[in-house]
Amino acid sequence: MRDPAPWLILFPLIWASLAFLRGQGRGGRLAVAGLTIQLVLAALLAEQIASDGARSYTVGGWGAPLGIDLYADGLAGVLLLLTQIVALPLVVYARAYFAIHPDGISYFWPLTGYLLAAMNALFLSADIFNIYVTLELLGLTAVGLVAAGGGAGPVGAALRYLLVTLLGSGAFLLGVALVYGTYGSMSLQVLTPLINADAPAAVFIAAGLMLVGLLLKTALFPFHFWLPPAHGGAPAPVSALLSALVVKASFYLILRLWLHAFAPLVTTVAAQLLGFLGMAAILWGSVMAIRQTRLKMLIAYSTVAQVGYLFLLFPLITDTNPAAAASALQGGVMQLVAHALAKAAMFAAAGTIILSIGRDDITRLGGVSTRLPLTLFTFALAGLTLAGLPPSGGFIAKWLLITGASGSDQWGWVVVMISGGLLSAAYVCRVLRQAFLSIEAGTKFSPVSRVLEWSAFLLASMSLLLGLRSTEVLGLLESE
Amino acid sequence: MTLNESLPLLMLASSLVPGVVIFFLAETRFALRTTLNVAGAILKLLLIGYMLWGVVEGQSYVFRHTVLPGLELVLEADALAMLFVTLSAALWLLTTLYAVGYLERSPHRSRFFGFFSLCVTATIGVALAGNLFTFFFFYELLTLSTYPLIVHRGTEAAIRAGNIYLAYALTGGAVLLTGVVWLYGLLGEVEFAYGGVVAAMGPEYHGQLRIIFLLLIAGLGVKAALVPLHGWLPQAMVAPAPVSALLHAVAVVKAGAFGIVRVVYEVYGVEFAQSLDLLTPLAVVAAVTIIWGSLRALWQDDLKRRLAYSTVSQVAYIILGVALFGPLGTIGGVVHLVHQGIMKITLFFCAGNYAETLGIHKVTEINGAGRRMPWTSVAFSVGAFGMIGLPLTAGYVSKSYLTQGAEMAGMAWAGWVLTASGLLNALYFLPILYRLWFKSQPQAWPNEHILARGRKETALLLLIPPLVTAAATIAAAVFADTNWSPLFWAKIVATKEYLLE
Repeated sequence: MRDPAPWLILFPLIWASLAFLRGQGRGGRLAVAGLTIQLVLAALLAEQIASDGARSYTVGGWGAPLGIDLYADGLAGVLLLLTQIVALPLVVYARAYFAIHPDGISYFWPLTGYLLAAMNALFLSADIFNIYVTLELLGLTAVGLVAAGGGAGPVGAALRYLLVTLLGSGAFLLGVALVYGTYGSMSLQVLTPLINADAPAAVFIAAGLMLVGLLLKTALFPFHFWLPPAHGGAPAPVSALLSALVVKASFYLILRLWLHAFAPLVTTVAAQLLGFLGMAAILWGSVMAIRQTRLKMLIAYSTVAQVGYLFLLFPLITDTNPAAAASALQGGVMQLVAHALAKAAMFAAAGTIILSIGRDDITRLGGVSTRLPLTLFTFALAGLTLAGLPPSGGFIAKWLLITGASGSDQWGWVVVMISGGLLSAAYVCRVLRQAFLSIEAGTKFSPVSRVLEWSAFLLASMSLLLGLRSTEVLGLLESE
Repeated sequence: MTLNESLPLLMLASSLVPGVVIFFLAETRFALRTTLNVAGAILKLLLIGYMLWGVVEGQSYVFRHTVLPGLELVLEADALAMLFVTLSAALWLLTTLYAVGYLERSPHRSRFFGFFSLCVTATIGVALAGNLFTFFFFYELLTLSTYPLIVHRGTEAAIRAGNIYLAYALTGGAVLLTGVVWLYGLLGEVEFAYGGVVAAMGPEYHGQLRIIFLLLIAGLGVKAALVPLHGWLPQAMVAPAPVSALLHAVAVVKAGAFGIVRVVYEVYGVEFAQSLDLLTPLAVVAAVTIIWGSLRALWQDDLKRRLAYSTVSQVAYIILGVALFGPLGTIGGVVHLVHQGIMKITLFFCAGNYAETLGIHKVTEINGAGRRMPWTSVAFSVGAFGMIGLPLTAGYVSKSYLTQGAEMAGMAWAGWVLTASGLLNALYFLPILYRLWFKSQPQAWPNEHILARGRKETALLLLIPPLVTAAATIAAAVFADTNWSPLFWAKIVATKEYLLE
């Protein structure tokens, strides 16, 4: 396996299909084994990128324009590694979770495998049609995972999610068609030199359509409406996968197209607009999170807010000085990585708490601090990252973003980032303060397996230690 | 990594590692937990002893870790750091012993001592921070590790206090962060250095530098409890006594004051700060805090609340000393960092003893406790005399330097503030002493604790720590002129800050 990249797509496809053949609810062990290998592959790929720079592959020996090209640069390397790192503890967690609470397990393993295959393929895609295909597959598997949760709530949420994801990929496909109609190619490598600021109106429209489609899928305010019920209603391992990774995939595409192929088309106004939507997402998401009464809904709204941070990146990298832009880009990617780890940990911890006390009510968490100390600690560590406090990865991300904002004299964004951090602290504290209260009469804590507690703790501690080891991540990101 | 590089890290590890291990110990592992705690504290003191000697010999102990390109975590044991580190480590050992006695048989001791050790680790980090980034890093960690200690009891009041504390501290941290990032944007790197590092900036930056100073001091002032940012401190009194002791003497409040010392002397440089007209406003804020804290203390019936307001007032002495331009003021401020610590921790230990042994929480309940608990009351009296600033106590030494510093700086009014504060201190401490020693005992104490069986006045572990710190309060004054007193060390610091060498 001199070229790990294609295998990162094939492997999850293989184990997902095997899991499907083995029948409902089976295949957890396959998933763990498969993901372990994928993690090694992703690490190998990251090492290759870090030492030799970006890599291209032609699948089956057929290059563009006829065959399928794969392309992996530093950004893709970071995301591939992140995906496998987050997914592995989550599948371990999921096995323990579904052992106690089997609702929603029926097609969990195959769907998760296909989802990971789609995501890995998306990160590696080098042409916009393949991107569309992976995006569609990713959306459908994600909807499937939500719907499998069963019950009227999750199915309703899944239907809404399905509508949004189809609308989003539809808009994207329309954009792809317009680009193809104009330039006769869909390969990013071919398109990049062709697209310039004098492009015909159709290309601007295409870019706009693709952007809106991706914003819908990323759940940027005001397109966030579908996210809280879908993420808050799904089984905990699913919520974790969706919040940590799936929304990041469409963000990755926005960033990639913004920075490279469509870079000549972007305007300061568009960037500022994205920044403002990001700000609105931070404020709205945080305030809604503070007002929730259900634990998982609080975490889901927190995702809405944290996604907002990612979009503060655009005003900082568009038409600003290179030093500020570089720092902001690093900060944005760090935020993506840190949030993925922390949010996975947080949903997993919440899942453990809910499994143990059998309810999802924030005001009735008394006793969690004494009965589930490790899980509460996990929740708090993840909360540190979300609030951007040291020593977490979220802190480094915020430091870099603020440096970028102050370096380009955009002090308004500094205020937004800092107050956003305080709002995050406020909703995390709402949970902690309840958990420190003494046990409510009549509450029974059923015992939970240590696997549940420790896999979540592993994720949270990674989000924390990221703050001390961010040079490695940024080094990989910089390799062109 | 050489030994000199690894020593600052070892210093952190000597409390971090026991802390982390303790988290995973079962409640019943009393002996192992205590051994770990005490061994860590003693190891830290040994390391400090070695490093103190090294610093005098001119050794440098610096550890660097690159967090981001151009951004480093720096731990450096300079003279000022060693002063604070020594104070923290010595009082940590005493407070740990005290806490072992205090929390006997209460639940969640593993959690308590785990966070207790983290809290001390963060304090040591604050002390050793070699640049502003590192300082901020540990400063926020300190906030986070003290929260679980404040809410430890899990009562509604404790949790409310914890949330108020967190709201104040995190907002302060956010303001501080803004200032820190801004300054990094201007300078690229803000390493602490004697005489300051920003003086080289041209006059076109002076406006910005003034705003940044304001942000930094406001952020730090929250923890240092400068009026009007002090609201959290009296609330935090619901915490267990060892936590209050640590909060007031060593960790949180001190970290804020210490940060202000760093910013004024080693970021701005005292001469440059003076030339930007920043010191006089700072002195005014400190003076207002001194008077306001003392006035509020007068009206508190709750003993710990009275002590809390007294802290508000006393910590501002440090800030006042910093703001008085001139080496004498500096010496007074820096030495009070240590002196206030040992005096205040004595008072809190004693207040804890009264509460744990006899159930006394209020000043009005303390009548005649001097005869029931003579040793505790002697220690309390020494602490109170120190706060008033009577001769032969550490408080007297600080105060005389501060008063002379005020004269030298041409701010005679500051001298009057100190005199007035001494008077107010007497007004709120002497009635307590009068009640302790001269009023007769009540029929029954509010809640006489089971620990007090037999003829002993209280558990030995609760008694020894305040006696040690009370003795230190006197020793710091009697031996002020020797080579190992806090005063001597403060003079070394002042010499370096004014670049007099």
